[in-house]
Amino acid sequence: MTAVLDVPVDPNVERRLAVQAAASSSLRRRKMGSVVAMGVCWLFLAIAIVPLVAVVVYVTSKGLSAWTTDFFTKSTTPEGVAGGGVWNAIVGTVVITTIATAVAVPLGLLCGLFLAESDGRAAQALRFTADVMTGIPSITVGIFGYIAIVRNFGYSGLAGSFAVGFIMLPVIIRAGETAFRGVPRSLNEAAMALGARRATIARRVVVPTALPGVITGVLLAIARGLGETAPLLLTIFGNQYLQWNPTKPMAALPTLIYSYSGQPYADLVQVAWGAALLLMAVVLVLSIGSRLLAAYLRKERR
Amino acid sequence: MTTVEMPVPRQARKRDRWSLPDNGYRGMLAVTAVAFVALAVWFLVAVILQAAPAFSTLGFGWIFGGVWNPSHGQYGLLPFIVGTLESTAIAVALAFPIGLGTAISLAFLVPARIRPYLSTAVELLAAVPSVVYGLWGLIVLAPIFRDTVEPVLTSVFGWTGLFNGPNNGPSLLLAGVILFIMILPTMVAISRDVLIVVPVEQVEGAMALGATRWQVLRKVVLPGARTGILGAFTLATGRALGETVAVAMVIGNSPYLAHSLKSSAATIPSLIVNNFPESTGTELSALFGAGLVLLVIGTLVNSAARWLVWSTGQENAGIGVGR
Repeated sequence: MTAVLDVPVDPNVERRLAVQAAASSSLRRRKMGSVVAMGVCWLFLAIAIVPLVAVVVYVTSKGLSAWTTDFFTKSTTPEGVAGGGVWNAIVGTVVITTIATAVAVPLGLLCGLFLAESDGRAAQALRFTADVMTGIPSITVGIFGYIAIVRNFGYSGLAGSFAVGFIMLPVIIRAGETAFRGVPRSLNEAAMALGARRATIARRVVVPTALPGVITGVLLAIARGLGETAPLLLTIFGNQYLQWNPTKPMAALPTLIYSYSGQPYADLVQVAWGAALLLMAVVLVLSIGSRLLAAYLRKERR
Repeated sequence: MTTVEMPVPRQARKRDRWSLPDNGYRGMLAVTAVAFVALAVWFLVAVILQAAPAFSTLGFGWIFGGVWNPSHGQYGLLPFIVGTLESTAIAVALAFPIGLGTAISLAFLVPARIRPYLSTAVELLAAVPSVVYGLWGLIVLAPIFRDTVEPVLTSVFGWTGLFNGPNNGPSLLLAGVILFIMILPTMVAISRDVLIVVPVEQVEGAMALGATRWQVLRKVVLPGARTGILGAFTLATGRALGETVAVAMVIGNSPYLAHSLKSSAATIPSLIVNNFPESTGTELSALFGAGLVLLVIGTLVNSAARWLVWSTGQENAGIGVGR
């Protein structure tokens, strides 16, 4: 057929056709590869969502059925005795976390201020220490609480506060530093130009301006402290009865969940679900609340 | 800087009454900072001192002993070190690809309207206490693993020898999977943060050249975010290494080297919580020593993570998310 016309083949046309063919096959191949890869990403998203949603849904449904008036108002009962709630554990968790927060927040924020205001050797050492401490396994903090407090003063809620506060500190320090560093230099300089002392600047300019970030950081640190289990297992001993006095052994929600989870009694496991839901709900409310509050404060300021 | 004494108007001085002079203020901050560092040093020294008796009675070799039997004076830590590393390895092997895929989806694929909600939800899940995951794993997931997952895995992958022995609920495999679910939000949240800060000009440039979405990701986004992702991965690893209660609840706690993924095992943290209440003397000191070993492993991993995240210049990416 080609021989009939005897027209010489234009090499440019031939080359162009070859390039087009190669390009379209490459495009097809690349598109196919892209579709497959994106499909894998979607699949992974699905795989990630299923267990996480399952945990939340399951804990909510199981926990809600455990939430009765008794659950919130009565103390735990010994195995085999029906009824009983977690009031003593709620009190313990609230007291332990409150003391830990009351000590860790001022200390942590002052360290954060120090980090934000200076860049010397000391600041570097502090920053390094805070960074390393963020990743310390919580069980070793429990060991520290045992060695430092329990060995000398016996098991107590305060020993638990000490350990939990120790875990919260680096979180607060880093959050504080980030928030304080975000304060515009011009504000600092304006205050200095007005002749304000550094302490005045900190109290009246830096801290108020950085407040949204500070509040977020503190609430997140509290949320983290509430769920810590391992350090409490080594420090508070647990208590079947209601105890408000932090110098005595106390009960707490996370340790209660831990010890009830392995029990063969269905009603104790039920109590554990209720406590798990309570803990999860409080932590989620704190996390969401911190975001909303920070967003609100930022808006207010503008 | 020289200080010039200026007469301060009465009113100004009154309003300023509460504040310290500059050097007093500086001093207060410095004292707090020193107190914090001192606390950290005290922590380290206290644990080392309390672990010292174990090292002096048993020698350094006790760490690598294979048998834990306190009533016979044997305190080998090897099964627990291996158990810690194995459960972490399972968790990380699952969390790395799945977490990265999820982060990519959240950063680029999910419709923009629901993206912020999904991302926030994932970040919130990072705050759920580990004991809740442990409870769910023990009561819900363990029976499913015993009756369904493990038999299926055995029939499919039995030839590898990884799934020998009876189907337990609580097992090394279950511990790894629970850890995976636990560290997943951390992995996703930090990876997403470093993925979205890759400059948009680079992405648009690649797209203008005709690159497909996957090519843009492979050649532009992932290389740019590589160190950050590595940092996220290492932080998640650190969390898995140090996790105590969730693992202690689902690993079955047997002080032997696991011979299959389905056998019970134990980790250093689970060893400590389980044996702590009734131990004294050398055993207690050995437990403190185990804590020290864990501390060394965990600190190494975490420092590596911090350094990696820092060296990408995205210093803030991990703050508040990493545990």
